[in-house]
Amino acid sequence: MPPVVLTGEHYMTGDEAIAEGAIAAGCRFFGGYPITPATEVAERMAHRLPGVGGVFIQMEDEIAAMASIIGASCAGVKAMTSTSGPGFSLMMENLGLAAITETPCVVVNVQRAGPSTGLPTQGAQGDMMQARWGSHGDYSLIALAPSTAQEAFHETIRAFNLAEKYRVPVLVMTDEVVGHMSERVVIPEASKLNVIERVKARGRKDRYRPFEPGENGVPPMAAAGEGYCVHVTGLTHDERGYPVMTAECQESMQTRLFAKIERNLDDIALTRGFFLDDAEIVLVSYGVSVRTCRAAMEEARALGYKVGLLQLLTVWPFPEEAVRALAGRVKAFITVEINLGQISLEVERLAAGLAPCFLAGHCGGTLISPDAVVEAVKRALKPGGKQ
Amino acid sequence: MSGSKKEILVTGFGGQGIVLLGKILGAAAALGDHKESTLIQAYGPESRGGACSAQVMIGDGVIHYPYVRRPDVLAAMSQAGFEKYIDLAKDDTVLLVDQDLVKPKGQAQEVFAVPATRLAEEMGKKMMANIIMLGFIVAVSRVVTNEAARSAVTSSVPKGTEDANLAAYDKGHDFGLAVLKGREKKMAAQG
Repeated sequence: MPPVVLTGEHYMTGDEAIAEGAIAAGCRFFGGYPITPATEVAERMAHRLPGVGGVFIQMEDEIAAMASIIGASCAGVKAMTSTSGPGFSLMMENLGLAAITETPCVVVNVQRAGPSTGLPTQGAQGDMMQARWGSHGDYSLIALAPSTAQEAFHETIRAFNLAEKYRVPVLVMTDEVVGHMSERVVIPEASKLNVIERVKARGRKDRYRPFEPGENGVPPMAAAGEGYCVHVTGLTHDERGYPVMTAECQESMQTRLFAKIERNLDDIALTRGFFLDDAEIVLVSYGVSVRTCRAAMEEARALGYKVGLLQLLTVWPFPEEAVRALAGRVKAFITVEINLGQISLEVERLAAGLAPCFLAGHCGGTLISPDAVVEAVKRALKPGGKQ
Repeated sequence: MSGSKKEILVTGFGGQGIVLLGKILGAAAALGDHKESTLIQAYGPESRGGACSAQVMIGDGVIHYPYVRRPDVLAAMSQAGFEKYIDLAKDDTVLLVDQDLVKPKGQAQEVFAVPATRLAEEMGKKMMANIIMLGFIVAVSRVVTNEAARSAVTSSVPKGTEDANLAAYDKGHDFGLAVLKGREKKMAAQG
């Protein structure tokens, strides 16, 4: 039987690295439905979970897959599913259920070009706004975007840590290229990995209130069957978990659900800067397009352009401060993403007129070429430059 | 393309093991030679019968953009794959073909030919033509070391088939070395 954590050097795909990250983070339940280009995540989980005491279930569809991981998590197990565009759409309703019931879980979206069936075998980053707003009603969640197989491993562990720490659904928004590309992945020893467990319910079982906030505004969680009285509902509820149909209860519940994320942006909203100190043009990117940007940045710098890169490892909640801090001192932002303008809208919002904002994007099916980004840099630097 | 980065494109029919060939090459570079490498595999209906390709990047520095733009090495195991990608080739691109499956048409570049499928059939292992081609690519292009490639073959093929695959690899590698030697002799005679 292979070990729980596959310490060592491997040549594996992003999808496989996500599965290994999940296992290393303690994920012991996977409920899913196969879909290109995410099937390899499920395949690896099906192969690995029985050997580490976990459970894999292929559900009847993605609606059920999402429901299954909520159920597993309520039973006390770290749980994950993976999908792509069409399945992601089906998961939206129950994603909201995970948000309102504060059920820790991880949803992987290996994005492909859409809409609808689109280009099933080719990459895109067109689900980024759906990731934030796809379920109905106001809610907050966390979405991460790895750009390499190595990041896919580590960011999946971070996804589980954030899910467990804040009791929220966390999305890993990768794409076909990262998912199917093979690269070196170095997996550390298990003892070197930072793995966070949810805060469990303690104290008298008859006094337990399942939605009474603890530290950080996050309620300690009792698993079903541990003897605590637990009531879980998609209705607006009070600290006992019982439905209360009033605007006041709605407000207090929602305020806390938003605050537990917004008050912890320092912990959640990770970015990485490249050559930002002297940058006149800042590329803003996430996921696979970061690779395009790093190649383009090297080429542009060789041509004498002062280009930097802000990589959004966390896309939601949007790392507002990172963009705001640059807005006053750069000549322009260029958001690089494989869609026709999604995260670019957030960059524009944060730049708030202090710096012109451009988009280097297209509608999917292939990567954005470094040449296209270098051309965008040249255009942005022209007086009155428009894209 | 800078000397430290090599762009390798392997093309053929789905089912020939093109992606496995690419995976072994990439793994040899990353795990055996401790270089950076990425593999992009053709994915879709073509990987089960139509044109199929594997794009491998090998470099000393981190590989950011994983798509082949101008291949340093182009290996073809089908005519369709050869014709689809030959226009990407540079003046100094190393072209390698399975000579029974690909007929180059007046390329300026030198073409290195190996009867990979025929040699595999002679060994009674037609499905190992890709591994013979791998050995040939390594011998001629030296994008990875022989040791790294052999070790990656061993760890990438199904258990119980390691020896047969290594024999196929060595066959391709020896053939490549013989081709290079013949070429040297010819050049010396001309020189």
